Amino acid sequence: MRPTLYDYVLSPSCYKARLMAALVGSELESVAVDFHPGGDHRKPEFLMLNPAGTLPVLTHGGLILTETTAMLVYLVRLAGRCEWLGGEDPASAARVQQWLAFSARLTASLGLARLHDMLGRPADIDAARWAGTLCLRELESALVENRLLGEDFLAGNAPTVADVACFPYVMLAPDGGVSLDPYPAIRAWTRRIRALPGFVEMPGIHRLHDLRPEPGEAEAAA
Amino acid sequence: MTLPAAAIDEWYPVAMAPDRPLRPDQETTLLGERVRVLLDGQEPRVEANDGRNLPVIVRHGHVWTSLGAPKHDLFAIPEGEQPGRRLVECGAIRVRCSPLRAVENFLDIAHFPFVHTDILGSEPHTEVNRYEVRIREEVDEVWATKVTFYQPQAAKSAQGGITTEYMYRVPHPTCSVLYKTCPPRPGEWDIITLFVQPLEEDLCQVWPWMALFDDQTPQADLIQFQQMIFLQDRSILENQIPRLLPLDPGMEMPTRADLTSVAYRRWLKKRGYHYGAQLVAA
Repeated sequence: MRPTLYDYVLSPSCYKARLMAALVGSELESVAVDFHPGGDHRKPEFLMLNPAGTLPVLTHGGLILTETTAMLVYLVRLAGRCEWLGGEDPASAARVQQWLAFSARLTASLGLARLHDMLGRPADIDAARWAGTLCLRELESALVENRLLGEDFLAGNAPTVADVACFPYVMLAPDGGVSLDPYPAIRAWTRRIRALPGFVEMPGIHRLHDLRPEPGEAEAAA
Repeated sequence: MTLPAAAIDEWYPVAMAPDRPLRPDQETTLLGERVRVLLDGQEPRVEANDGRNLPVIVRHGHVWTSLGAPKHDLFAIPEGEQPGRRLVECGAIRVRCSPLRAVENFLDIAHFPFVHTDILGSEPHTEVNRYEVRIREEVDEVWATKVTFYQPQAAKSAQGGITTEYMYRVPHPTCSVLYKTCPPRPGEWDIITLFVQPLEEDLCQVWPWMALFDDQTPQADLIQFQQMIFLQDRSILENQIPRLLPLDPGMEMPTRADLTSVAYRRWLKKRGYHYGAQLVAA
């Protein structure tokens, strides 16, 4: 039996679970929840499943998960693709946890700005955008330093759950009025993620155009 | 700025109809003015910033109002009244673009394979076949007919790719009605509309609404399918330049695939509807 994802198509957090499953080659059953305009995630039936009233929720057998980062770890282990959890030495393991926690700051800043600009939710929009900008600067610096060490991803040279946790809200920052133009390292990182085998898109995140290869790519591979 | 009469004396959607188990928004913006949507029992009332009551029509799943005194009724969609249709309100999505650009994008099919990849279009099926466009003077509406396109997943109810037939109708400067092949019921049209509420000249709120023959798909899936399609367009709409819709041809070179857009712009110009438009050639 496949895990069931209580899903909203426009939610970057729900997309994290869909993306993770796709990248490790698993399939999910999806149950659409009318987040907007219905507000079904605040109704009693849903609160029985998740008292926090947040999306997504992942259920599998008797297991009910309501935290997205927990879902990513679960989907990776379930598929036996433990390379997505990062290295086992103390520093590597801690770096993954560091970015998983950081992803909550992205949700609270860039995610809030997006809800305001797109669905008209109340927010202090300037404060949300500024907090998001500070997160993006921090992320940009870290990615530049990683590149100096020859690392392509957040916690080393291979993608991990940390990249999947941070990618969606960063990529969708323009939806909340925060441009990615000042951050070349972030843009290069998002291209690397979109080029991963099994990658799936969501509205606002387009796939890389496979009919337009990078200059010299085909020739160099030949 | 002074608003043109064509924009003031027009009906606009400002909330979902109150038979939804939801309160309408308390405050919203229309043509740059704050308005309040209130409920007197089950009857919606709309109040302007200066306290005066604005005219109200409840139709097509939404509450419509006007800052002026429209001399015409809000357009009808007779096919939407057919028994057996599922009526689907999708809520509002806000977009930082001209309301007219939102409508123009809705009328365009050439972008399907590139923006709605593997849903409303796919490569290499990118050709827009010849279709017919007419401004129907007797009803003062723009119509595009005999539009056909190959679509991998034309609707939530579609199983696999089909060649879909479309008719587009523009009965209102910021609203369009799309009639589309109905996968489970050949011979009937599904109705998908785009009702645009102009907040400012370059900011709008879009209220998609559908009247479908589909007994199978849960409501939440129908809503999310439509929201997914519209959100794929949003980032592109927000980056279009110039921000206001140019009504005069200049540097732009329309192709045959843009016939509907050309007619829409000409029709807006003829009606003097300039809110969200620019009159200097681009």
